[in-house]
Amino acid sequence: MELNARVPAGPLEKKWDNHRFSNKLVNPANRRKYSAIVVGTGLAGASAAATLSEQGYQVKSFCIQDSPRRAHSIAAQGGINAAKNYQNDGDSVFRLFYDTIKGGDFRSREANVYRLAQVSTEIIDQCVAQGVPFAREYGGTLANRSFGGAQVSRTFYARGQTGQQLLLGAYGALSRQIHAGGVEMFTRREMMDVVVVDGRARGITTRNIMTGEIESHVADVVILATGGYGNVYFLSTNAMASNVTAAWRAHKKGAGFANPSFVQIHPTCIPVHGDYQSKLTLMSESLRNDGRVWVPKKQGDKRLPADIPEDERDYYLENKYPSFGNLVPRDVASRNAKEQCDLGKGVGNTQLAVYLDFAEAINRDGEAAIFKKYGNLFQMYEKITDSNPMKEPMMIYPAVHYTMGGLWVDYDLMTNIPGLFAIGECNFSDHGANRLGASALMQGLADGYFVIATSIAHYLGTNKLEKVSEHEQDFIDSRRVVEDRIAKLLKNSAGGPAGKFTVDEIHKELGKLMWDNCGMARNKEDLEKALKELPAIKQKFWDYVYIPGDTKEINQSLERAGRLADFLEFAEIMIRDALTRGESCGCHLREESQTEDNEAKRDDENYSHVSVWEYAGQQEEPKLHIEPLSFENVTPSQRSYK
Amino acid sequence: MSSINLTLKIWRQQNSDALGQLETYTLDAIHTDMSFLEMLDVLNEKLTKEGQDPVAFDHDCREGICGMCGAIIDGVAHGPEKEVTLCQLHMRHFKDGDTIVIEPFRSRAYPVKRDLLIDRSALDRIIQSGGYVSVNTGGTVDGNSIPIPSQQSELAMDAAACIGCGACVASCPNGAAMLFTSAKVSQLALLPQGQVERKQRALAMVEQMDKEGFGNCTNAKECEAVCPKGISIRNIARLNKEYLFAAMTEG
Ligand SMILES: Cc1cc2nc3c(=O)[nH]c(=O)nc-3n(C[C@H](O)[C@H](O)[C@H](O)COP(=O)(O)OP(=O)(O)OC[C@H]3O[C@@H](n4cnc5c(N)ncnc54)[C@H](O)[C@@H]3O)c2cc1C
Ligand code: SF4
Ligand code: FES
Repeated sequence: MELNARVPAGPLEKKWDNHRFSNKLVNPANRRKYSAIVVGTGLAGASAAATLSEQGYQVKSFCIQDSPRRAHSIAAQGGINAAKNYQNDGDSVFRLFYDTIKGGDFRSREANVYRLAQVSTEIIDQCVAQGVPFAREYGGTLANRSFGGAQVSRTFYARGQTGQQLLLGAYGALSRQIHAGGVEMFTRREMMDVVVVDGRARGITTRNIMTGEIESHVADVVILATGGYGNVYFLSTNAMASNVTAAWRAHKKGAGFANPSFVQIHPTCIPVHGDYQSKLTLMSESLRNDGRVWVPKKQGDKRLPADIPEDERDYYLENKYPSFGNLVPRDVASRNAKEQCDLGKGVGNTQLAVYLDFAEAINRDGEAAIFKKYGNLFQMYEKITDSNPMKEPMMIYPAVHYTMGGLWVDYDLMTNIPGLFAIGECNFSDHGANRLGASALMQGLADGYFVIATSIAHYLGTNKLEKVSEHEQDFIDSRRVVEDRIAKLLKNSAGGPAGKFTVDEIHKELGKLMWDNCGMARNKEDLEKALKELPAIKQKFWDYVYIPGDTKEINQSLERAGRLADFLEFAEIMIRDALTRGESCGCHLREESQTEDNEAKRDDENYSHVSVWEYAGQQEEPKLHIEPLSFENVTPSQRSYK
Repeated sequence: MSSINLTLKIWRQQNSDALGQLETYTLDAIHTDMSFLEMLDVLNEKLTKEGQDPVAFDHDCREGICGMCGAIIDGVAHGPEKEVTLCQLHMRHFKDGDTIVIEPFRSRAYPVKRDLLIDRSALDRIIQSGGYVSVNTGGTVDGNSIPIPSQQSELAMDAAACIGCGACVASCPNGAAMLFTSAKVSQLALLPQGQVERKQRALAMVEQMDKEGFGNCTNAKECEAVCPKGISIRNIARLNKEYLFAAMTEG
């Protein structure tokens, strides 16, 4: 597997300009002769499809949901970063670049991150022009807030619905192109395979969710914008249909998968309340500005929080990290919550929760002030839990939130399969081992609006592509593989459900294995144990899963089974990736790699690289390749929050 | 936390062409902390284990924002709680022994595809006809060069909060899509960015609405009552004004 990042030459600030200048172009009249498939209509996919169509390419766009507007991006709450420096508080492109590289714990590529910071400012202009109703100051200028520990105010927001408003902007642009005939929209389609002809991505195989039809789609380039894979853990803050299928199928066709074990676990989510739980709900991080995190000092203390006196409470974040206190970064907060619960100090009926207490803030600032700040979050919390945070402490627990790992891409966001591109959360490119708050939306839109069109023009301008059709052998083979796999999924079900397991039962088992062994804190022993236990779960799935219904109809159990089958295969490279990364970095503590006072210890000497996995076949061990990282413009420093 | 026993009457329909009917199921020991969709998950696990077909229903975010979920619960779209989507409705709002009737959103423009799952693509086509500002990517002016009074922006945001769930249509005695359409027209009419295409947008979106077979508004206000995002019918008044003005001046 060749891993050439193709980072342009020249000084950091000039790379993107130089690259755009030296890249090949496709002249406007010729663009309509070329076609692009864009899979996914989240921020990345919708913006890419609209932009390519505006430029004249013929675009086919795909999504699982009944409308492109429902992609998971819709759920993002907090905001989007951009180096506008509207607040005149010292922000700059270089600072956003630096914060992102440092936040990612020096595990991402300088050139890509710098470009992201550069185009961030154009994103805001674009969204404003579309009519995205960002929050405003009284004088009419755009409002900002500081987010996720940043020292400058660079986050733009639209109430607590920033993702929704940005996505509706991109969906508007996409809708306009659908209306104009430049984009053909395929909703309720699930991509099941990438079709590679003569070493180039030339199309996809999809299943029509409404009819079960297996379809082929041909194009000159294929762009995946299929989001993250957090649902490998079963429970996460991701939408229910979020999956790894598209990325995994691309991987099986030869695309490298980078840093699959880099997963972000968000500290402030509503705890699990029962085994029927289907997903986890995020509570905004901003709550930690005024909430104090604590647990009882005594193990298994069942008293109500109000009955536990001050001196029997452990405000463990404030005690351990006096200078940052409750505002330590996401990974530190998450890990410490889990540690307290593992020590038997967790609260609530599952004992898998810690308190986030607003009593002191209410005393200090008054009820009205606190309610004004957090009222809508408190109401949302109360709706779900039936408990009022103004009266009793909130309960929170960490949950899987975002996946930094993804398909390996070069500077042009192309995977190592020519003609196959990956944008948004489904690539690995910008966030290293940890993503900063409000930077995923920025990356999705940067990739889709401002980067991908340049890459596509260059690819089409430098390669001569033969005409292909869906009657070609590669397309026929791909359809057959997909059909065979569905038949195999359904083969156990003829005999009825007796002695069998449902899809969710097995998914929960996989989720538990991953959460317990490949979660926030990892060690060699547990990872090796997980690697041993995984095949049995996989076997159980293929031998005993029961899927009611047929393939040629709407069959939601079958859809979930297909996604789980891929998660089960994918889990292996996640565990292997965690195992081979013997350092703590970004979101993860590797227990063998700690400082004297039990903090994460990064190991630049041995692990300053991207780990890229190559699929080697059903029975073969996946192969590990390495893209070394070099830092010419920043000096890697160890994080310290003590 | 307590638990309740329920009787469910759920609309079952194999596909668009089949006849549907209500089927009765019983469910015991439902935790009151469950969401309504988790309750349906529990039912579906049970049906699957019994070798029956699970109930098909749309959902994705389960956070009240994607607009994918929705059903008529005892005659009310998204159920008895105000301003919540079905995924955010919790079982503590039901009592032990309750019988709950669950049906799909119904409207001329929403064919039932299976059980509770419907086709709402008509709403997308209304947006496609003009629910946007026609700007291409790139070459836009600096964000701060279009100052917008905070209040105006907040009003636009109130309208922009629509999640496209389509409950408004399903609750309207005429099957009108006025609340949905007016939310988008209002958002853009309130903002300077929307001015250039203001008239054309109102005309095109109303025309598409009619083409899709949605009915006319007779001010029944059922839409506003069920809207999970509190979209106000003042937006409908605004749409009427926008449309009239456009029709008169563009003729
Ligand atoms: C609760 C929550 C809050 C968040 N808040 C913020 C925030 O405040 N700021 C921030 O920057 N980030 C935030 N994030 C992260 C951010 O929302 C996501 O990383 C980002 O939206 C991902 O966008 P995307 O375009 O890459 O993919 P997605 O939006 O996930 O879209 C994926 C698309 O691919 C389609 N798809 C997937 N698989 C297939 C397939 N096999 N076949 C066909 N189509 C497929 C889906 O239908 C969908 O259209 C948040 C995330 C969560 C969960
Ligand atoms: S107006 Fe309200 S009910 Fe109608 S689609 Fe929008 S959010 Fe749903
Ligand atoms: S599932 Fe998204 S709004 Fe209910």
